[in-house]
Amino acid sequence: MEHDTLLSARGLTLHFGATPALVDVDADLWPGEVLAVVGESGSGKSTLLNVLSGRLAPDAGVAWYRDPAGALHDIHAMPAPALRTLHRSDWGFVHQNPRENLRMAVTAGGNVGERLMARGSRHYGDIRAAAISWLEQVEIDADRVDDLPRTFSGGMLQRLQIARTLVTHPRLVFMDEPTGGLDVSVQARLLDLIRGLVRRLGIAAVLVTHDLAVARLLAHRIMVMQRGRVVESGLTDRVLDDPRHAYTQLLVSSVLGA
Amino acid sequence: MLEVTGLAKAFTLHLQAGLRIRVLAHVDLRVDAGQCLALVGPSGAGKSTLLRSLYGNYGADSGQIRVRHGDDIVDLAAASPRVVVDIRARTIGYVSQFLRVVPRVAAIDIVAEAASGDRRARAAALLSRLNIPARLHALPPATFSGGEQQRVNLARGFIGGHPVLLLDEPTASLDDANRDIVIAMILEAKAAGTAIVGIFHDTEVRDAVADLRYHVAPIQDAA
Amino acid sequence: MNVASGYNFAYLDEQTKRMIRRAILKAVAIPGHQVPFGSREMPLPYGWGTGGIQVTAAVLGRDDVLKVIDQGADDTTNAVSIRRFFARTAGVATTTHTAEATVIQTRHRIPETALRQDQIIVYQVPQPEPLSRLEPSREETRRMHALADYGLMHVKLYEDITRFGHVSISYDYPVMVDGRYLMAPSPIPAFDNPKMDRMAALQLFGAGREKRIYAVPPYTSVRSLDFDDHEFRASRAPHACLLCGATDSYLDEVVIDDQGGRMFVCSDTDHCEGRRDGT
Repeated sequence: MEHDTLLSARGLTLHFGATPALVDVDADLWPGEVLAVVGESGSGKSTLLNVLSGRLAPDAGVAWYRDPAGALHDIHAMPAPALRTLHRSDWGFVHQNPRENLRMAVTAGGNVGERLMARGSRHYGDIRAAAISWLEQVEIDADRVDDLPRTFSGGMLQRLQIARTLVTHPRLVFMDEPTGGLDVSVQARLLDLIRGLVRRLGIAAVLVTHDLAVARLLAHRIMVMQRGRVVESGLTDRVLDDPRHAYTQLLVSSVLGA
Repeated sequence: MLEVTGLAKAFTLHLQAGLRIRVLAHVDLRVDAGQCLALVGPSGAGKSTLLRSLYGNYGADSGQIRVRHGDDIVDLAAASPRVVVDIRARTIGYVSQFLRVVPRVAAIDIVAEAASGDRRARAAALLSRLNIPARLHALPPATFSGGEQQRVNLARGFIGGHPVLLLDEPTASLDDANRDIVIAMILEAKAAGTAIVGIFHDTEVRDAVADLRYHVAPIQDAA
Repeated sequence: MNVASGYNFAYLDEQTKRMIRRAILKAVAIPGHQVPFGSREMPLPYGWGTGGIQVTAAVLGRDDVLKVIDQGADDTTNAVSIRRFFARTAGVATTTHTAEATVIQTRHRIPETALRQDQIIVYQVPQPEPLSRLEPSREETRRMHALADYGLMHVKLYEDITRFGHVSISYDYPVMVDGRYLMAPSPIPAFDNPKMDRMAALQLFGAGREKRIYAVPPYTSVRSLDFDDHEFRASRAPHACLLCGATDSYLDEVVIDDQGGRMFVCSDTDHCEGRRDGT
């Protein structure tokens, strides 16, 4: 078992005006582990994702990332170029709305290849081959490689976003409601795909979701947030099957078969 | 292999005005390698709660669940979630009463992903032994019958070769022929040194496999 | 030609020229980086070379010899107007011969004759931002320059090769300057791009409407973007100039009648005349 965390946070606190979005939040993520952050809208779970990924700075507290060489980086003290480099190589971010991340006027192949090119790949044939391989891994036909995303369905767009994100083999992926806004039948396929990819590639992930079934399927551990605080955390099935906090019990009792 | 001392477990139902239900108290039990312990007691006494607590699925309120994990003795009741994940991967296997179906994942992969090494071949062999015909191996078990799902679940539990195995009604929805196969598999696991804790309503199965019994008594003083 | 009275030397007031020179110095210090400047209203419309004129006005001295070309030609309206403008407001000597000029203002070409260390070439630039067509946000493109995050430009090349089998950009072909900044070379044909690489002359770029100045100092590396397996190629029409017979110069296609007749002639008129005169 690895002892060093990939990502750690202590005492993260952030207010939007008088509204507490994060209150003294601690978090740890180990390599290859999926951590789900659950809660209702406004619980602070998306804010936590944005703070952990360096997209937002906290009022107080600190978050560290351990690079492949073992060096620790204070995410909010990193120079912007270094953080950007992380975001386009070692890290990935999967948005709920794939249109926020995809370039809709660029072909599927160009979308998948962009991170490779940003990292310095300069061989067209290799980039294209990698794009095709990734389309196949997310179950998009290879002959769609030259099509524009606007011809894709919602589920395909989300899978294309995942291919675009994973093409550089990130060690850490932030996911914000990756199955939100999709039909239930499409969700199941996507979940299964994410589950397979995350396991096969050993990717660590912080997964924000309001859907407990998604958390159960994908996450090793779970953090339950309410009004900016972590009210309960632990092993996913322990928290969902034996919830201790009143709010967790309310969440669990509000859904069928999670 | 597994030693429980002073285990207690209660549920506090915050949505029912904080109603506290004590289910387990003062549980002491011990299972060694090659032994099978059967949990017995009336329905609702807390047998499943105890079994789930041994897997870390339910958190213990007090007491210890000490298990030999690799070269260490680890207290599962106090272990961090990551250690519990590791214990489940390497030391404790669990066969639940019902298979939790994962959408789109084929039966053979559900079984294979619970093990390491040459997994698919062993998964196929186990499924076939449990009379799941090869033509079903590549299908997701969502559409399988209850008995078939139970057997997929058993294959998933047995393939890992965990030193400790927890069985919750492993033969509940099986016919006699398949029940006998499961009995044989349990006996083989015991012979190979596996420590087993199980709930067996079927007394024939219980008598065939269990060396020890632990009586789980209902606690009356819910307050 | 008489110097028009009542105007400051080279039209612009000294404060403005000083401001532009500061921008030029900064631009030279950071090759390929776009430096904002306070672009002035000029007596010609945007798109006619207001940026180039201001840069020329700021670098011009009394002893300079000025050449102005538009699409390679010295005798087009734009070139003639700007040449006369400086002859009147600065009284400098003008020429059409590349070799005689000390300052060359150009729209859309680089002369065929190799430039020297004692020359300055000033490009008129309509759009200084090479990423403008790919990323509409200026805030974002500035960030991309700051972080040298140019994957998006390669995405454009990737898309071209995917759609057309080759990079379809034939002018204003993006370049990397000194291995650091992505730069728009102004709408010169891609054919001229290799001339920018390690050019002996100082190259200055002025965009009046967009209020940006940038520069490539002498002998600076300028690389056209490409892929290892789709290398940049400077292409020209596969013909010889009908007037001088040159097979290595950039050619203009001229329609000569209404029967579909065409001819190809050198776009650089000075170069073509020189070859015909045998000089």
